[in-house]
Amino acid sequence: MTPEVPVLLDDMAARTRELLEARGIESPIVVGIHSGGVWIAEHLRERLGIQRPLGKLDISFYRDDFSRIGMHPQVRPSQLPEDLDGEHVLLVDDVLYTGRTIRAALNELFDYGRPASVTLAVLVERDGRELPVCAAVAGAHMELGQAEQIKLRGPEPLSLERVAVEPPEGADG
Amino acid sequence: MTELPAAHTSRLPQPGPLPNRLQLTDEGQLRHMLTIEGLNRTLLTEILDTAESFANMNEKAVKKVPLLRGKTIVNLFFEASTRTRTTFELAAKRLSADVLNINISTSSAVKGESLLDTLRNLEAMNVDMFVVRHEESGTAHFIARHAAPGISVLNAGDGRHAHPTQALLDMFTIRRHKGDFTKLKVAIVGDILHSRVARSQIHALNILQTGEVRVVAPRSLLPADVEQLGVHVHHDLDSGLQDVDVVIMLRLQRERMEHAHLPSEHEYFQRFGLTARRLQLASPTCLVMHPGPANRGVEIESAVADGPHSVILEQVTYGISVRMAVMSMVMGAHQS
Repeated sequence: MTPEVPVLLDDMAARTRELLEARGIESPIVVGIHSGGVWIAEHLRERLGIQRPLGKLDISFYRDDFSRIGMHPQVRPSQLPEDLDGEHVLLVDDVLYTGRTIRAALNELFDYGRPASVTLAVLVERDGRELPVCAAVAGAHMELGQAEQIKLRGPEPLSLERVAVEPPEGADG
Repeated sequence: MTELPAAHTSRLPQPGPLPNRLQLTDEGQLRHMLTIEGLNRTLLTEILDTAESFANMNEKAVKKVPLLRGKTIVNLFFEASTRTRTTFELAAKRLSADVLNINISTSSAVKGESLLDTLRNLEAMNVDMFVVRHEESGTAHFIARHAAPGISVLNAGDGRHAHPTQALLDMFTIRRHKGDFTKLKVAIVGDILHSRVARSQIHALNILQTGEVRVVAPRSLLPADVEQLGVHVHHDLDSGLQDVDVVIMLRLQRERMEHAHLPSEHEYFQRFGLTARRLQLASPTCLVMHPGPANRGVEIESAVADGPHSVILEQVTYGISVRMAVMSMVMGAHQS
């Protein structure tokens, strides 16, 4: 059984709101990581009633596995709505796995300015971390092992799917 | 350098068989960028799409990505160049590569070192990419054939043969303004005979299925077999400009005057110079392009070069994005 995405989103929104209040952050810039992270970020931003436009990051130019797997054929432009200097960023992704995507995203964010803070929210936090990265908010926690992955299908409707895979060497997540 | 063909005939230069076995990997990825000829539409589109992602980088506070960190790129220029060399250099630096600029006419060539010796010495310094400009057609191919595996070669202009990244940045500029190529009429005006830029542009425009490609030039500045390239030939600028969506002016190399290809600069401007008045024959939204450096008052009037139709400076800006795309793609192809 995989959890229903809208239920997870409601839960994420409630806990993100609490967290932002506790930290005294009123209007963060919500930034999603292509592709799944952007879908989740859009829903989260809507549920939180944040007016500021959504930011989108494509981390292809910042990946640490370029020297092994080469260029991703379809790189979408990163779009960040405004200068990030002094801003609070709510960084959103679909699945937190090895932590390498988040590292790349942080590097890219800092090339747009020096944010006051970055808070990480993910739909699913799973096992397999390779870097010291952890989410402040996670919709679900899963133990999958190396032979299984969890994928977000979308954009409409959003659903989670567990897939058995031979994980390619250096799989990102 | 005995393998290089003789340069001065009025026919199209042919540095060898189509080099796709050289420039593509077995999987069809770009490994060297030597010529546009023989590449397919999918690959050209992929290059332009990748360049599009890099073009957006200018909005960032830090105009740099870490993609080629730790790679060393050598600009090997046997022929003078400012714009091309600096945009290649900037492209490499914005990808975080280290850049070595070598101007051969002032170094070992003078001391009698052969091209292969130069190559082997640079390879011994563990470099990853050569960007090559040379006055002889086929030099980039020659270097690609002899370079160690893992090293990529980009042609930054070889003789009268090819200048593929210039053509790609021109395609990028046209696509940004006009979108679909299939409905476009494009005229290339000027010294087609001696222009590697024109040749690469014609191949790129045809691969992207441009509606109509025209070349406009006096007979003495056209290759005898120009029709082989799949173009409509005009000897009269007014008819060549009729309803075109894009006009690309080529630089008239003044030294050609001495070789009796042309009467005088004044007369050339009278017949083939682009003026604001003549531009009215083209589509009202016509783009005016020039690979630079422009001879104002010879092939183009200042009022046009600086006028509302001109995208000449955009071409320079986009040159960086396009060269970043090609550099990252060829470096990526060696890995997989």
